[in-house]
Amino acid sequence: MGRFVVRRLVQSAVVLLGVTLVVFLLLQLVPGDPVRIALGTRYDQGTYDALRARSGLDRPLVVQYLSYVGHAATGDLGVSFRTGQPVTTIVLERLPATLSLALTAIVLALLVAFPLGILSAVRSGSALDHAARVFSQLGVSVPDFWMGIMGILLFSGVLAWLPPSGYESLRESPAGWASHVILPAATVGLVSASILTRFIRSSVLEVLSEDFVRTADAKGLRPRVVVLRHVLRNALIPVVTVVAVQLASLLGGVIVVEVLFAWPGIGRLTYDSVQARDYPVLQGAVLLVAALFLFVNLLVDILYARLDPRISVR
Amino acid sequence: MSDHESTFRRAVSTLRRDPLAVIGVVVLVVLVVVGVLGPWLAPYGTNDVDVDNMLAHPSAAHPFGTDELGRDVFSRVIVAARVSLEVAVVSVGLALAVGVLIGLVAGYYRGWADNLLMRCMDVLFAFPVLLLAVAIVAVLGPGLLTAMVAIGVVYAPIFARVTRASVLSVREQVFVRAAVSIGTSDARIMRRHVLPNIAAPLIVQTSLSLAFAILSEAALSFLGLGVQPPAPSWGRMLYDGRGFVTDAWWLGVFPGAAIFVTVLAFNLVGDALRDVLDPRQLTLSEARRSTR
Repeated sequence: MGRFVVRRLVQSAVVLLGVTLVVFLLLQLVPGDPVRIALGTRYDQGTYDALRARSGLDRPLVVQYLSYVGHAATGDLGVSFRTGQPVTTIVLERLPATLSLALTAIVLALLVAFPLGILSAVRSGSALDHAARVFSQLGVSVPDFWMGIMGILLFSGVLAWLPPSGYESLRESPAGWASHVILPAATVGLVSASILTRFIRSSVLEVLSEDFVRTADAKGLRPRVVVLRHVLRNALIPVVTVVAVQLASLLGGVIVVEVLFAWPGIGRLTYDSVQARDYPVLQGAVLLVAALFLFVNLLVDILYARLDPRISVR
Repeated sequence: MSDHESTFRRAVSTLRRDPLAVIGVVVLVVLVVVGVLGPWLAPYGTNDVDVDNMLAHPSAAHPFGTDELGRDVFSRVIVAARVSLEVAVVSVGLALAVGVLIGLVAGYYRGWADNLLMRCMDVLFAFPVLLLAVAIVAVLGPGLLTAMVAIGVVYAPIFARVTRASVLSVREQVFVRAAVSIGTSDARIMRRHVLPNIAAPLIVQTSLSLAFAILSEAALSFLGLGVQPPAPSWGRMLYDGRGFVTDAWWLGVFPGAAIFVTVLAFNLVGDALRDVLDPRQLTLSEARRSTR
């Protein structure tokens, strides 16, 4: 187990280094001078020179990269081309909004997927099973932003129950936050729920065919006890991975839904930085999300190895 | 019958026996026909502005209504099918070409080449799909071509992984060792013996990736980073119509339904193919590589 953890840590560190290289190279791919592009047509030479020097773009490429990695390691991701604020501050300010949306979405997804996936497997072939399979097939095919638009149409336009977009801080106004978070969280949570339902169903079905389940049945245990005590314990181990991966992707990738609902999270920040051609902020947001994604995957692998010791032996 | 033919025949016979897959194939055939003949099938020009008919309800003259400029939504939805299919096919083709080449070299030669190439793929895998695509388009500039390249780049690692895993098992087969022993060149072995034997998982991955690529293109266009106006695209139509959607529901419903039906059709076909050609391919890989 110890060797497995060390090996995964080293692998993740190497990948993270590669991630910094990709993020760094993004700026180099910009055709022309990124500072000039960011400043637009109206600027004075002094501002231009100061920003260029401050961004380190006047130095050789290798030096720039080493400096970027060195600064990133200490939490310094440069300064915004637009506002001059530190990128780290800007990105971290947006994290709570994304975090609250992602966690609400994953809770909603689990509330739907667990009962549906388990019942669908236990009553395989029933009408409920067919309904669950249709739900998961439709859920993975529907664009989340279209779901969002349909949600706005129904719950804001027709029923006038919920605000169509916007955000209120959870700390300042829990009720306001709740009314604003429901639609975007349900929008992204539904896609996660459909993936999780499919996975939980197949995982439970696989365990149901194991010998120890047949033995438990043969002993005369009640079906509820067999499912709760023997099947779920084993079936939910691989599900942990998928739940965490879904959470990781929610933390970093709900750009479109955040834009649609004007939710001021990392996704919206990424979009705004693209529109404003504020490349350091774009780099910072992408780096933070990729690092989070990598960290969650690392945690999942370690947790999975702990729950199922066969993994670390492979 | 060669292995290559048998894989193809198995795929066809699978699709014919599965009613959902048949529906998927029929929808895709209709979409391709609409995509090819779109400009001739559309009753109006995609950019014909009619200021007297702005935001008109669906009617016999305009089955999907009109948008905020009075343009016929039905015509735009039809013509946009070509764009979506084009982006999906080109970007997945690019991902397939690059991913298969990398996976083939990594799996066949193993050693340092395998390590280097697959670590590079791991790095690309560390980014959420849409985020990386957005970042690439942001620096290269928005447009159809850059959207295709960006989607191709973000989906290449999954093809590399699928290819490498398959090559690792095929290269240990007796027929490959026999080919090596009679001095056949590596390139010929890979082309003639390895590639035909890893076709099944690649066919499955291609069909599922086409669905993801359609969603990614729609998302990029929704963010204004894909197809540029006035050319119609389903994602962009949703973006443009979002401000009017509570007053003009048709602007939100029809372009989104077109994306949904297309993605569903690709998924139905992909799932049916996977059930027969590559049942071991885990849903986990899908979950790890969702469209977000």
